[in-house]
Amino acid sequence: MLKKIFTAAVIVAFAIILLKGYGFSGPDQQLNEVAERYAEKGPEEVGAANLVTAVIVTYRGLDTLGEVTILFLTASIIGFFLKTRREDLTAPPQVRKTSEILSTASRIISPIIFLFGAYVFINGHLTPGGGFQGGAIVASGLVLMLLANPLKTVNHKIISVVESISGISFVLLGVLGLVLAAGFLDNAFIGPGRFGSLISAGAIPIIYIFIGLKVGSELSGIVSNLQETQKEEI
Amino acid sequence: MEQIGLSHIAITTGILLILTGLWGILTQKNIIKMIIGFSLFDTGIHIVMVGVGYVEGKTAPILDEAVQLKEAARQIVDPLPQAMVLTAIVIGIGITALMLAYALRLYQKNKTLDIQKFNDLKW
Repeated sequence: MLKKIFTAAVIVAFAIILLKGYGFSGPDQQLNEVAERYAEKGPEEVGAANLVTAVIVTYRGLDTLGEVTILFLTASIIGFFLKTRREDLTAPPQVRKTSEILSTASRIISPIIFLFGAYVFINGHLTPGGGFQGGAIVASGLVLMLLANPLKTVNHKIISVVESISGISFVLLGVLGLVLAAGFLDNAFIGPGRFGSLISAGAIPIIYIFIGLKVGSELSGIVSNLQETQKEEI
Repeated sequence: MEQIGLSHIAITTGILLILTGLWGILTQKNIIKMIIGFSLFDTGIHIVMVGVGYVEGKTAPILDEAVQLKEAARQIVDPLPQAMVLTAIVIGIGITALMLAYALRLYQKNKTLDIQKFNDLKW
């Protein structure tokens, strides 16, 4: 009983904090200074049509590097934690056969999903989307493949090679910006191109391709690690 | 408060999701349900953040045919909360996956997901 009262008190207090914090004053009527600076100077400084991308990859590129590092850390902790002991895998596990529809459809749809993921992260500076979304789409294609064929083993070597190379390239591109342009992860060391076309915004498409590959391989690694544990015993 | 707009709906939904998630984390006994509560909490925070960045009557911060380059500052919503939410979603995925991995190992070790059966740290 005391516990229930305590729970209710915590939730009510939290609700009050949230409501006070927002205040229900309605949406702003105009942008604040930081956003206005991004909107006015962003197109000429960065050259990306998608201002969210300009913020993520260039203005706050260091945050993105930190975020990719966090994701890498999570993926490696999961890999370490769910490490399959090979000698434990004596008998092949019993899995239910997947349906004909799923296995046939996954063979057709998976490549298209991978292609769509690549499209999303290559066009990250023009359309809604980018490295993180594209990487997640690529990983979802892998999930579909694993659902259709639960005994499939994913090659961890390829995943870790792709992940390492794209991570190193991301940092190297950042250092290149430091050497050739104004600062770390500055995209201006490649010509700006025509605003709104695929080859524009300097180094942003290249950086986003590496982010997409890295996120895609990390999420795929997490998924395949979770799937391999399932093989141990159920 | 003049009239109920888009951002009011978004923020109310978000706050309700946050509170539901908090309730789930505090009251549920099953570890998987606690993780679901965490996910709801996470999603609620994302919705509130995007809702707070909304500027009345403005469009998405993508400079295409809908937005004139010179007038951009008066035609778009705040891009910063959207960028932050993008990063937050990815971190949320990572944390959820980590919690699920722990839950999996706990289940394999103790054959139960009831949080009250885990009293190793109780004294």
